[in-house]
Amino acid sequence: MPTLSEADSKELLATFGVPFPTERVVTTADGAVEAAEAIGFPVVVKLGGEGIAHKTERGLVRLGLGSAGQVRDAAAALLAAATPDDGEVHLLVAPMLRATRELIAGLHADDQFGMTVMLGVGGILAEAVADVSFRLVPITRVDAEEMIDDLALQALLGPFRGEPPVDRAALADVLLHLSEAATAHADVVSADLNPLLVVDGRPVAVDALVEVRP
Amino acid sequence: MSAPPAPTPSARIAPERFRTLFEPRGVLVAGASTHPGKFGFVSLHNILACGYQGKVFATNRDGAEVLGIQTVADIDDLPDGEIDLVFVCTPASANPDVLRACAKKGISAAFIASAGYGEAGAEGLAAQAELVALADELGILLAGPNGQGVVSPPAGLCAQIVGPYPPAGHIGIASQSGNFVSSFENYAQLTGVGVSRAVSAGNAAAVGVPDYLEYYADDPETRVALAYVESVGDGRAFVERLRGVAERKPVVVVKGGATAGGQRAAASHTGALASDDRVFDGAARQAGVSRAATVEEGFEVAATFASQPLPRGNRVVVVTTVGGWGVVSADAIAGTDLELASLPDDLMAAIDAELPPRWSRNNPVDMAGGETRDTVPRIMQLAAAHDQVDAVIFLGMGIQSNQARLMREGPFWPDHGLERIVAFHERQDARYAEAAAEVSDATGKPVLVATELAVTSPGNPGPAAVRAGGRLCYPSANRAVVALDHLWRRSRWLARRGLR
Repeated sequence: MPTLSEADSKELLATFGVPFPTERVVTTADGAVEAAEAIGFPVVVKLGGEGIAHKTERGLVRLGLGSAGQVRDAAAALLAAATPDDGEVHLLVAPMLRATRELIAGLHADDQFGMTVMLGVGGILAEAVADVSFRLVPITRVDAEEMIDDLALQALLGPFRGEPPVDRAALADVLLHLSEAATAHADVVSADLNPLLVVDGRPVAVDALVEVRP
Repeated sequence: MSAPPAPTPSARIAPERFRTLFEPRGVLVAGASTHPGKFGFVSLHNILACGYQGKVFATNRDGAEVLGIQTVADIDDLPDGEIDLVFVCTPASANPDVLRACAKKGISAAFIASAGYGEAGAEGLAAQAELVALADELGILLAGPNGQGVVSPPAGLCAQIVGPYPPAGHIGIASQSGNFVSSFENYAQLTGVGVSRAVSAGNAAAVGVPDYLEYYADDPETRVALAYVESVGDGRAFVERLRGVAERKPVVVVKGGATAGGQRAAASHTGALASDDRVFDGAARQAGVSRAATVEEGFEVAATFASQPLPRGNRVVVVTTVGGWGVVSADAIAGTDLELASLPDDLMAAIDAELPPRWSRNNPVDMAGGETRDTVPRIMQLAAAHDQVDAVIFLGMGIQSNQARLMREGPFWPDHGLERIVAFHERQDARYAEAAAEVSDATGKPVLVATELAVTSPGNPGPAAVRAGGRLCYPSANRAVVALDHLWRRSRWLARRGLR
């Protein structure tokens, strides 16, 4: 199944209200510096494109860039790392968000049940922890609230290490928006918001990957 | 005996079509046998032995007499319009003719016990499809094939090729595996919480588990539907139909194969996390279906729905005669969506007036041996009647009767005053059970009684009195908590969707 680029994935889901940080798509190292200065340091710079689905594994994500010089160097290195298979590439410049809590949310077309929406505890241990909840699309607000209640690690959702509790209404909104996106776009087969960071209690998706039918 | 069931049919079967299956005026066993080991003998035996009041007919190739029934070789020789249901034990190859002849006699429901259909390869599948089409054309409701039977205690009907025959009650059972019908019926027999209808769907060629459950939603004899399923075919259609039932009556599902299948290769993390079981679990929660983890939990949850009111909230008071049980049930409650109620001041004061000061003065209410003749019923009543309490669990019934049993069976009986004290103890335990039911009825709140004596010593007057009252005596505090948690979650599901 083809995947949309991160930028296109975000654009598609943002239309329905899924929250993403302000980001800029640029094509040159100079453009990246300019974008970083507008966003404010530190920033993240990623290499994006239609053919690039698993950036982290390929080292195409540079985190915590604190100065124009760092951004320029990182951007140049990323552009140089692109291979002909990647097709047309771009740079995505985003603010470096700090969060101690990571969730994961997404869509998955199940063979038996059709389109489903998922919420889980995220981070690198997400699949091992497997604290997740699924519902069939479309969901109601009550369904979304009950998905949040389903998670076993409720302690992560309360006040946590000096941070406020998770805004449950905003988190339910994310799930509802995913459901709406799936309903509106029958060609979507899956979507990942991974991670879905909890920043000052509010969910923000810093990566998105949407898979569509060819 | 289980076979891959047919894909879930999506059109609803009119409820009146099930009447002749569950409330037949007369029953025909096609293929009755003189050999007591054959289905054709056993099914006739069970129909005759369990008190069915309608007329019973049977066919046999030689027209032999079986169990006092004069069989006929030819269905055409039977009276017209007196038979509603045919229980078919004849070989698959004979069944199209059997159904045609039955239709002429006015029979409108058939339970096909015969094997040799969808479970038996391509040829069997073709025969099954033909049978379904024929039944459809003849206007016969086709249950099975390859199923163990149908049981309907309100009609005295035990058209089944195995035991047991459960007591009459309000649990409607449908299963993709015949063995689980028996398992649930065995629990019904053990606990006394009875069954309204039970049917094994067999290959579910024309009528599947969702069809039976939809009928149960309409059936006045049924208060709760209980199902065992392995394969759900079109999962979305399946849960949508169960949701329709759950909006009207509780639906308890035990799902086999919960850990099978699972994560397929997926490009997305969401897909990697989407095991069959997690998706089914979420779909069941969304649809208001009470999913039980085990067979015994399934039965106990269904029995609780059948015999207790739904709690309006999750605040539980545990009343116990012994401290340790209270601690264990508090632990069990902590693992659920239930809450151990904090005792309101006025309730605390009211209990103070009933007990010596050594009682726990906390929830669980540990009476610490301070109870006298009327204490237990009074404290159950005080707790259940309080508007900040939604349910009560009582632990500690049957202890005195357990001692009484030793006295009854010992060498000193009935002298040394034993007879009198034994009578007192046994009366008290029975009274606790009766009081629990009365308090529940009076307050409209669940009052659950748990003791292992329910299984270790079912003749103990405590559990025996719970059974006589038609409620479940839970074999442990933990199991009472699990059952009550299911009731609370359903209550909340209904309330959040404006259905309660």
